[in-house]
Amino acid sequence: MKKITEVRWHGRGGQGAVTASKLLATSALAEDKYIQAFPEYGPERMGAPIQSFTRISDTPIRIHCHVTNPNMVAVLDPTLIGPVDITEGLTDDGIIVINTSESPAQIRNKLQLKGRKVFTVDASKIALEELGRPMPNTPMIGALIKATELLKLDNVIDDIKKKFAGKFSQKIIDGNVNAIKRAYQEVESE
Amino acid sequence: MSKNTVAITGNDAAAYAIKQINPDVMAAYPITPQTALVQKFSEYVADGLVKTEFVTVESEHSAMSACVGAAAAGGRVMTATAANGLALMFEIVYIAASSKLPIVMPVVNRALSGPINIHCDHSDSMAARDSGWLQLYSENAQEAYDNTIQAIRIAENMKVRLPVMVMYDGFITSHGIEMVDFLDDEVVHNFVGDYQPNNPLLDPEKPLTYGPLDLYDYYFEHKRQQAEDIKNSKPIILDVAKEFEKISGRPYGLFESYQLEDAETAIVVLSSTAGTTKEVVDEMRAKGKKVGLLKPRVFRPFPYQEIAKALSHLKAVAILDRSDSFGAFGGPLFTEIRSAMMEFGKIPENIDIIYGLGGRDINEQDIEGVYNQLDAIAKSGKVKERIQYLGVRE
Repeated sequence: MKKITEVRWHGRGGQGAVTASKLLATSALAEDKYIQAFPEYGPERMGAPIQSFTRISDTPIRIHCHVTNPNMVAVLDPTLIGPVDITEGLTDDGIIVINTSESPAQIRNKLQLKGRKVFTVDASKIALEELGRPMPNTPMIGALIKATELLKLDNVIDDIKKKFAGKFSQKIIDGNVNAIKRAYQEVESE
Repeated sequence: MSKNTVAITGNDAAAYAIKQINPDVMAAYPITPQTALVQKFSEYVADGLVKTEFVTVESEHSAMSACVGAAAAGGRVMTATAANGLALMFEIVYIAASSKLPIVMPVVNRALSGPINIHCDHSDSMAARDSGWLQLYSENAQEAYDNTIQAIRIAENMKVRLPVMVMYDGFITSHGIEMVDFLDDEVVHNFVGDYQPNNPLLDPEKPLTYGPLDLYDYYFEHKRQQAEDIKNSKPIILDVAKEFEKISGRPYGLFESYQLEDAETAIVVLSSTAGTTKEVVDEMRAKGKKVGLLKPRVFRPFPYQEIAKALSHLKAVAILDRSDSFGAFGGPLFTEIRSAMMEFGKIPENIDIIYGLGGRDINEQDIEGVYNQLDAIAKSGKVKERIQYLGVRE
């Protein structure tokens, strides 16, 4: 395992990949870990493929270069498989978590992937049911922390509750919390 | 981690410093990647959390003009900009310095057009290096916050009274979320103190003029004084750093040395790349390689004696420039340091590496490659290519 955990988030503009990368970082901070989170900036447009990144470490993070060899990849939109090389640079022991209704075996086949671990979760469906709109970012955090054992579920939920308090209605906060919990439970491994 | 540790972007950290400084006037125009700073600060103004008169201007030329007017009138004044915004205010940037107005301005480093590019390099602030402003460079969001607060005290010191630019890397630092330790509002308030105007324009008891015509009768004398004033700011920068360490526990100097004392080879580099370099230094030290780093913090006034001395024991040094000086013998940092090293009898072998223009990434392998090259130069005593470009397709 690398000294610094590096997560690459793939999404489309408007799906909340940037927010997810930040939320994961601040949840890690609440667990007294050192963090960094940053998006890749270009000509962002709604629906265009985008990337963002989270770094988490037990020691202070000083590097400021791009993430080229992530050990975790989270994909918020399955239609990015193909147009975007989502496994590019993924470490040999890397983990990939994809928002899809398909199984890990089907995704592995699609990606022609050797090694690594594939997890899937229908985050859009969960979000639609819990939040009323297919916003996959918060449930994907739930799926990612289960698949990678990166952070504890209770800590992430406490942090998100704290962060959303005063900004969103109780209904939206509850919806997000439920979505994270469900994705945590429903994420499928190979 | 302290109770005040937050996860925040460099822009938000700088905006928070400005909120705590609570200047009388802020005149600014948004430009990527500085926009979020101005946006955040305008929220503080709208929420009534600061007493600042926020002037929304129609261009950076007007932003700096408004700052000059407000500072001459006797207010504590700040602004912020980046790249083409700095270029557009250029005329007034010089006037602010020569009028001895202690304006503090974060500059979020971004490549100058063209072609148009929004990402980091240091071509913008390096173009302003001869403007008479002091320049502080920051490695990360914490340093952007700390330097902004210290800049107020340096600029306003009665022995200095000069404007200060505080640089941090566009997107890398400005938009990346990092951990920052904030000081309490009261601590910052006490540290910066109340503003003491010097020769304010709005003093009917003592009428005076700012910016009069100054031809060959006195212009040269005034420029000579300016040269002396900026030189005299060096001990003040160090005094302010000492005081700041007392309230923050974080030491600052003219530059930071990292594993430099017993190093045989070293890299000199500004801002965020210095962080990546520290990681490489640790990895190479673990393998027994005697490598080090010197990260300049103060580029104006340039601490030429101190930096030259700190590098004099090396066998070889690479100076990394994140901007080019087209047609010159190397980038701005290289020409500065190579010239400074003439102060000492023994000059280490030296190369210039121009890197990262327009945000081109520089990673740990790139930096390790530079150290390996230095090792070869130290052993052979031969430099194949003095000025090099790293990470470019040729």
